[in-house]
Amino acid sequence: MTALPPDLAERLAAARSAVAAVDSRFGSTTPRRPLETVPGLAPLLPGGALHTGAVYSVLGSVALATALLAGPSAAGEWCGVVGVPGFGAEAAAGMGVDLARTVLVPDPGTDPVGIVDALVGALTVVLVGLPRRVAPGEASRLTARLRQRGAALVVHAPHGAHGASAWPQTEAQLTVTGSEWRGLGEGHGHLTGRIAAVAVQGRRAGRAQHTRMWLPDAEGRVRPALEPAAPQTSTPSTTPLTRVAG
Amino acid sequence: MSRSPNRTIVLWCPDWPVTAAVRVADCPAGPPAAVVERGRVVALSPAAHAAGVLAGLRVREAQARCPELVVVPADQRRDARAFEPVLRAVEAVAPGVQVLRPGTCAVPARGASSYLGGEAAAAAVLLDVVEGLGIEGVRVGIADGPFSAEHAARTAPAVPGTRVVPVGGDRAFLADLPVEVLAPVLEPDAPDLLRRMGLRTAGAFAALELTDVLARFGADGGRAHRLARGEDQRAAAGRAPLPELGRTVDLDPPLDRAEQVVATLGPTAEDFVAGLTGQVLVCTGLRVEIEDDRDGLVVRRWLHPRFFTAADVLDRVQWQLAAGGLTGPVARVDLVPEDVEPQGAHAEGLWGGAPHEQVHQALTRVQSRLGHRAVGTTVIGGGRGPADRMTFVPWGDRPVPARPGEPPWPGQLPPPLPATVLPRPGPAGVLGPGGSPAVLSDRGVLSVPPVRFRVDDDARPVAGWPVGWQPVQAWAGPWPVDERWWTDDAPGQLARFQVVGVDGSAWLLLVGGGRWWVEASYD
Repeated sequence: MTALPPDLAERLAAARSAVAAVDSRFGSTTPRRPLETVPGLAPLLPGGALHTGAVYSVLGSVALATALLAGPSAAGEWCGVVGVPGFGAEAAAGMGVDLARTVLVPDPGTDPVGIVDALVGALTVVLVGLPRRVAPGEASRLTARLRQRGAALVVHAPHGAHGASAWPQTEAQLTVTGSEWRGLGEGHGHLTGRIAAVAVQGRRAGRAQHTRMWLPDAEGRVRPALEPAAPQTSTPSTTPLTRVAG
Repeated sequence: MSRSPNRTIVLWCPDWPVTAAVRVADCPAGPPAAVVERGRVVALSPAAHAAGVLAGLRVREAQARCPELVVVPADQRRDARAFEPVLRAVEAVAPGVQVLRPGTCAVPARGASSYLGGEAAAAAVLLDVVEGLGIEGVRVGIADGPFSAEHAARTAPAVPGTRVVPVGGDRAFLADLPVEVLAPVLEPDAPDLLRRMGLRTAGAFAALELTDVLARFGADGGRAHRLARGEDQRAAAGRAPLPELGRTVDLDPPLDRAEQVVATLGPTAEDFVAGLTGQVLVCTGLRVEIEDDRDGLVVRRWLHPRFFTAADVLDRVQWQLAAGGLTGPVARVDLVPEDVEPQGAHAEGLWGGAPHEQVHQALTRVQSRLGHRAVGTTVIGGGRGPADRMTFVPWGDRPVPARPGEPPWPGQLPPPLPATVLPRPGPAGVLGPGGSPAVLSDRGVLSVPPVRFRVDDDARPVAGWPVGWQPVQAWAGPWPVDERWWTDDAPGQLARFQVVGVDGSAWLLLVGGGRWWVEASYD
């Protein structure tokens, strides 16, 4: 390695100490790190994967929100589920979530964001159910915390509760726009799986991207739906997309 | 004779809330009186005892038995204020007093008995001193730890008012006591459960294997087991204080009102408990020092039957403020842990795989804010219904499912499993053609095929769930349900149905006794 000229070395040292000073004042930020992401969703997310330091929102489907946890959890990360009463742990386990390293806080009380704040860092991905809108200041503080501590947040908002604006600025918003349940007929059979049409709207992308995936399949797993699409629609979420094989 | 380091004398004033009410003149001394909390009698005067009133009765029942009963609402600050002269009198003859609660205090036996000429003499002096204040019926118990000493006092005969458990005799003494004596250390429903398991005495509980107790009752069970074995680790003498784990609050400007002080102290109390839990410790002995702005200082040492939560710490501060002794507004509060114990099942070191230290600290911090049972993991066991199969295990307890996973459970639902399982099924509605009700016959078949359904047949539907009736797209069932129902009013035969609505939502419904419930959502 070649030695730097003295004046350059000095300037480099000065720049480094300035960076260190900023870090100590505002808290250092860990570099964004890609997390394991279930196949089928990864290509649709900005950067091709779930990333630390980012917030993702999921509208409506608990199964879709759980699918986002499945990748990191199966890869050994500690995850949390805050404010999702009745979280279907057994279904989550089927998708690949490791329940021994998944911490539930079903009732976080009046300050769910404060509880999430106490958990991020120790836990790598936290799924939080929010009954109310989060104020922009509160959201940007927590987002800064996610970057500092190298964690990701998945915000689950029930359909219709507060629409798309549960979290002021998210990396991507995921919605189930239609479901085809399989296995159920007129009084016979049993549910064997669902093919969900999923829309992903990235923060910087102009148009939403669409995909179809098993959510879940007959073994309870999440995977891309490879079979030819049923008559596809490009209509928004209000239009049902159901077809029953039976 | 005493070779036991934790040898403790406990002084117990029975029915202290009534005595306190009389002493601060909230209540006349003569007629039968009772102190009442949340509609139930908690303490009685001797005259009320004589009239046949019992602790635990509802106020109306108590008044039916004794129409002239004077009823006084409970007030722990009054209890604390009235107890202060007793504590001063005890401190004058025996150093190192710790308060268990207003009306009950402990002193280390070693100092007192050498100073007063033996344990029996010390007990007699203490009784004498307190009766000298005009307080009747006081009892003294002496044993190898505060827990046994308190129960020795509670079971002491009226004459001479003393029970001394010989050194090394705690376990034998406790063995015959009802298992309910362990209630303060256990979860509220645990004593009842123990009784149903046929364990009626503390001795029967002590005879269980520690590993079994930990598996079933977690860290609390481990602590109760230790107490029942006569191995109370709390020291009435207090151990070396741990100032680095203590917390100090300077109030600037100084605060006049107790409520303000307590409110200001809230975050500090949480931080104090969190600091200990970060070290995987709990505090069982606490010293509270309160200073006013005129160099006045009141110091009290508190002992907890279990361990101090943040709310417990604030209670003690409030009681100590109510006891008086300061002349000006409060300028400074010091919380010093005097006695700590390793916390939780993780400390027992019985099952390996110590969790990531950072995770443990974060989770115990959240537990100190929301409660032990608010944070945990899930284990999957056996059972047919989706809710039956999931067992929530509070963080720090050993993960054991409520029902064994093996052998296979016939009739369990095939995968895929629902994404949301209501802890308690909510009311739903299902109608057949022309709005006729769909009911389950005795033979387990549906009267009419379901045509319309709703999952919000309740005042408060689940957020985001569809509202109102919608057509059924597809359905299947019934799957008979023969496990125990979750309420007492068993509606007879029950069955599960899977239903998909035209909006693309899929549900697990239950029917029985002419009613429908929604148990889970697949979305």
